[in-house]
Amino acid sequence: MRLSATDLACRRGGRDVFAGVSFSVASGESLTIRGRNGAGKSSLLRMVVGLVRLAGGRLLLEGGDPELTIGEQAHYLGHLDALKPSLSVEENLRFWSAFLGATDVDFNEPLRAAGLDVLSDLPAAYLSAGQRRRLSIARLLAVKRPLWLLDEPTSALDAAAQMRLGEIMQSHLAGGGIILAATHGPLQLDGARELNLDSVSAPTAVMEASA
Amino acid sequence: MTPITAILVRDMRIAVRVGGGALMGVLFFLVVVTLIPFALGPDLALLKRIGPAILWLAALLASLLALDRLFAADHDDGSLDLLLMGRAPLEIVVAAKGLAHWLTTGLPLVIAAPLIGLFLNLDAPAAGALVLTLLVGTPALTFIGLIGAAIAVTLRRGGLLLAVLVLPLTVPVLIFGVAAANAAVVGPIPFGTPFTILCALTLASLVVGPFAAAAALRQEME
Repeated sequence: MRLSATDLACRRGGRDVFAGVSFSVASGESLTIRGRNGAGKSSLLRMVVGLVRLAGGRLLLEGGDPELTIGEQAHYLGHLDALKPSLSVEENLRFWSAFLGATDVDFNEPLRAAGLDVLSDLPAAYLSAGQRRRLSIARLLAVKRPLWLLDEPTSALDAAAQMRLGEIMQSHLAGGGIILAATHGPLQLDGARELNLDSVSAPTAVMEASA
Repeated sequence: MTPITAILVRDMRIAVRVGGGALMGVLFFLVVVTLIPFALGPDLALLKRIGPAILWLAALLASLLALDRLFAADHDDGSLDLLLMGRAPLEIVVAAKGLAHWLTTGLPLVIAAPLIGLFLNLDAPAAGALVLTLLVGTPALTFIGLIGAAIAVTLRRGGLLLAVLVLPLTVPVLIFGVAAANAAVVGPIPFGTPFTILCALTLASLVVGPFAAAAALRQEME
C-alpha cells in the first residue's frame, strides 16, 4: 500500500496556504509533517481524509480498497477528541467502533493499552485532557485501519504515555500501516521521514519529502 | 450494531442523560400551554376553539428548542469530522440523528398533548385528533429543523438564526396540522383532507431534510 500526493495546493479563506507539496509514503513508513503555526500542517492532514477540498494536485492510495475513499480507510486523530462527556469511557469507545464499522471488538484490549481499563465506567466528563487523548487513541486500536493521520498526537500526554504512543505507532508500522503525523515536538517514531511545510509556503516551490 | 443504529442509540442516550435536551422540550411545552389560560381567562368556549392551535404552536416552539445543538455539539467536540468522513452516507447519518431527536423530544410532546389538552378544555375526540396530527406532523418539524441546524452549525448563538430560518418553513405544517385538528372538532371540512396533506408534507420533509442538511454540513466544512 502506498499513499502518494502530487503537487497539493491548499487555499483557506481566500489565502494560499501552501502549494506544490508532494510526498509518497509506503506501507511500514511514516512521515512527520513540520512547519510553523499556520503553515498548513492540519490542513494537509484534513485534505488527505477529505475534510478540506484540494485546491490543486492529487492524492492516490495504491493498494487500498478502490470502492472506498482515502478517508474511509483512515483514522483521523484531530485536535479535538470527539468524546461525549455524558457517555462513559467504554460507551464512547463502543460508539466509535460501531460507527467506524468494527464488529466483535474486545474493548478491554484497547482500553488496557490506553491505560483506561480501570476507568471504563467513568463518564468522559471526568477525564483529564491526557486521559481524553488516550481514549481517542484507543479508537485507533479498536478499529483496524491501514492509514493513520495524527494531528499533534502527543499533546497533553505525559512522558510515559508518549512512550506508549511511540510503541503503539511502531507496532502499527510493523503491521504494514502508514502514519502521517503533524507535530512540533519530538515523536517516538524511528526512521520517520520529514516534510517541512515552511520550505513550500512559496506557491511555486516544489519539494520532495527527504529522509 | 450497524453505524446507523450506533448513532441512533448514542444520540438518544446523550439526550436522556444529565445535560441532554430530552425533557426540556416537553417541560417548555407544558409551561407555554399552562400560561395560555392565565392570559386568556377562563372562557371555556374560547379555549376549546383555539386549543388545537395553541398546542400546535407550543409543540412547534418546543421541538425547535434543543435542535440548535444537534450538529453544533458534534462540531464543537470534533465528532462531526469523523461523521463526515465515515463510510455511512452522511444523509442517512443526518436522518438517524433527526430520528433520535424526534424520539426524545417530539414523541414526548405527542404523549403529553392529551393530558395538557385538559387545560384547554379539549374533549376526548378532539384530543384524539390532536394527538394524531401531532404524531404525524412533529417529525416534519424536526426534519425541516435539521436544515437550519446544519446551516447554523458553525455559528455561535446559532439558535436564533435557526428559529428565523426554520419557522417560516414550518408554516405549511402548522396550517394543515391545526386545520386537521380543528376539522375533527368543528368541521365543516372532513378530517381526512388536511390530514392527508399533512402526511404528504411530513413525507416530503423526511426526504428533503436529510439531503439538504447533509449538503449544508459538507459545504460548511470547507
